Amino acid sequence: METDKIIVIIAGLAGVAFTYFFFLRKREKEVSVTDEIDIKVSGGYSPEVISIPLGKTTKINFLRTDPTDCLSEVVLGEFKIRKELPLNQKVTVEITPQRVGEFGYSCSMNMYHGKIIVK
Amino acid sequence: MSELKKTFPIKGMHCASCVRLIEKSLGRVDGVSSAVVNLATEQASVVYDSTKVTDTDLVSAVRNVGYKAGVEQELKTEDQQKIEKEKELKALRNKVVVSLFLGSLILWGSFPGLMQFAPSILQNFWVQLILATPVQFWAGLVFYQATIPALRHRTANMDTLVALGTTVAYVYSAFVAIFPQIIKQLGVEPLPYFDVATIIIGLILLGRYFEAKAKAGTSEAIKKLIGLQAKTARVLRNGKEVDIPIDQVVIGDVIRVRPGEKIPSDGEILEGESSVDESMVTGESIPVDKTKGDIIIGATINKTGTFLYKATKVGADTMLSQIIKLVQEAQASKAPIQRLVDLISSYFVPIVIMLAILTFVVWYILGPTPAFLFAMLNAIAVLIIACPCAMGLATPTAIMVGTGLGAEHGILIKDAESLEIAHKINTVIFDKTGTLTKGKPEVTDVVPTSVILSDSDITSEESKDLILQLAASLEKGSEHSLAEAIVNKGEAERVKFIKVVDFKAIPGHGVEGVVDGKKVALGNMRLMERENIDITHARSDLARLEEEGKTVMMLAQDGKLVGLIAVADTLKETAKEGVDALQRKGIEVVMITGDNQRTANAIAKQVGIKKVYAEVLPQDKEKIVRELQTTRFADSARRATYKLPTNIVAMVGDGINDAPALAAADVGIAMGTGTDVAIEAGDITLINKDLRSVASAIELSRKTMRTIKINLFWAFGYNVSLIPVAMGVLYPFFGLLLNPIFASMAMALSSISVVSNSLLLKRFKI
Repeated sequence: METDKIIVIIAGLAGVAFTYFFFLRKREKEVSVTDEIDIKVSGGYSPEVISIPLGKTTKINFLRTDPTDCLSEVVLGEFKIRKELPLNQKVTVEITPQRVGEFGYSCSMNMYHGKIIVK
Repeated sequence: MSELKKTFPIKGMHCASCVRLIEKSLGRVDGVSSAVVNLATEQASVVYDSTKVTDTDLVSAVRNVGYKAGVEQELKTEDQQKIEKEKELKALRNKVVVSLFLGSLILWGSFPGLMQFAPSILQNFWVQLILATPVQFWAGLVFYQATIPALRHRTANMDTLVALGTTVAYVYSAFVAIFPQIIKQLGVEPLPYFDVATIIIGLILLGRYFEAKAKAGTSEAIKKLIGLQAKTARVLRNGKEVDIPIDQVVIGDVIRVRPGEKIPSDGEILEGESSVDESMVTGESIPVDKTKGDIIIGATINKTGTFLYKATKVGADTMLSQIIKLVQEAQASKAPIQRLVDLISSYFVPIVIMLAILTFVVWYILGPTPAFLFAMLNAIAVLIIACPCAMGLATPTAIMVGTGLGAEHGILIKDAESLEIAHKINTVIFDKTGTLTKGKPEVTDVVPTSVILSDSDITSEESKDLILQLAASLEKGSEHSLAEAIVNKGEAERVKFIKVVDFKAIPGHGVEGVVDGKKVALGNMRLMERENIDITHARSDLARLEEEGKTVMMLAQDGKLVGLIAVADTLKETAKEGVDALQRKGIEVVMITGDNQRTANAIAKQVGIKKVYAEVLPQDKEKIVRELQTTRFADSARRATYKLPTNIVAMVGDGINDAPALAAADVGIAMGTGTDVAIEAGDITLINKDLRSVASAIELSRKTMRTIKINLFWAFGYNVSLIPVAMGVLYPFFGLLLNPIFASMAMALSSISVVSNSLLLKRFKI
């Protein structure tokens, strides 16, 4: 086999492995919240994983700085909340979880994801 | 920093010190740069950094010092958002036009078959590079803006795929344009692919433009509901009528409403009467007559008369606000069917990137010459054709249209899960009193006896009028609930009330008095026995009426029984049709009541219900619901169709007495009462009070689920079938390859088709 083909195979396999580890094997650090947290919305949600206490009202302040249309709405399906996130404007969402568990939230097109862990 | 100025009313200010207090409190909020309060106009103007301060912060700052700020958070941001959205759409349209125009010029100058007819300047690689660059980095900037921050989060999305695909095409083409010799030395003909990069960007942006327009249609119901709100109210203040903005109306305000005007808030009529069109809020099509003491709903339209009413609910407590909140929550909730989509979409984009890399490798190793070009173009096609958007939009858009459509017709669905379960309902239990029936006794029959009919001067109709006239005149002085029914009937028939003397109410028996000089007695069997009145000639009528579940009152005049008046709780106008509609769908209909078996059977017979549970204590209704969930009905056609292990049971009742049974049912359907939307009571609330809506809600659920399934089929089917085509699986057999330009066209169409299919739900007639 010619050298260029071998290089392409090696580079290709490396690319696949890199894509797998880069996107699918990431571990997000969990941020523990007591009363209130600011979540920056730019290319995703930072922090992406938060943990909040059961039965207590927690304020989540979303601030979108990324003009991507996808992120212009946030959907917290488990808490029945769908909010428009106008650019550069803080939007507060209040949730009082009634059961423990891990609840995902996302943008309206379900492409960017975050997680709320209720403890 | 993004500075905003907001002016809003402040309530409860009395003096200049109030002004200073509020200004100080607002000024202390981190991010507020100035706060000015005006006592005369009762308004505050605040300049603040919108990235730090929310409306809630302003409201609580004012509240902390004991006042109330009327910041219309929802409505104002709604307006701002609309303006922003329009601006964004316009900018997007410009980008589409420019990129498609420049892209077409490049395509003309480079596409085999077309380029022969193009002016030579368009065939020049450098000219193509100049034309393609603004498309790639100005129109296509959005893709980079989304990709770069996403990569920082180790996330990939739709934009990542487009950015990757078009960048590869652009960079390769730019290299060809600048260094054609190097490409030639590698044995590849130096041909740029600027057309691929530019047309893909143009078409995908075009798809987004249409998608955004269509998506706006899915949330139309909420906008319509918000738009129903009255803007001002004519309030009586200090003896004068003044027009004030709606947010300044407080509980207890007396408001005047003239014909044709919108009623500003919920309340109770103090003076005057009118006919009110409530269709826009409750979905009830016939205008409702309202008079003193009646409850009116804000945002409905006063048709004929002028009246004064007292506001009992304002702001977020009004029925309209509650409906809006409920619909918003339902639209934000997730249907169980979406769980699988969620799981797939979280892996989708990285998998597509891996597939694109593999496509490149396989084509480079095994593909025909020029292998590099085949490998590159097919890898780009894979990146471009994948459409996670269609999957993301499939379920929520249908849920939004479905719940919105229900709300427009007075069917409020609590969440997507209820909407999803409703299509499987195969048993519907109706509570009797107040649900199938009006819950209020009414005169159903007036039967003259042979004694009165033997009088040759009187016809049957005249005798009925006479009986009603005597009975209604007599009962006018009574407070019994049956008496009310007789008096109401008399008023409805416009009988002339005669003065009664020596009126006497005999508890447990009936009433007596002297009318027109004759002794008249009206009551039950015991009264007749007490007065020694012969009833033999009316026995058969009496038995028949009692068999029909009615309460019979007997009227005697001068010691002779002249007529019978039957009173019963009557069926709602829509009950029979409502039950029929369910039975036509093969749904088992059951009635449950605390009433006696005979009355229950009589009502069930009228509506055509065969299965009746009578004399059920309120606390036992829940048990019956659970029992029915596991009962097998041999004759249920739908059971067989769905092969259900147990019944999916819906309970229809009022939200107060039947709350436990509603909660126990798979779907609890609450009938709306007054202006309180019993949000917690039912999974579905029928504020239109129309029993036909039970079948409509089930049909709406079936239609919505069908739309979701079609959407998912297209979204998944599209990706599953076209990604392999883009990879080139058909090439060895048919020599077929997917041009990246067609891939982008298909991709743009897939999202639009999903959203449009959801919008088709709007055509469903409830």
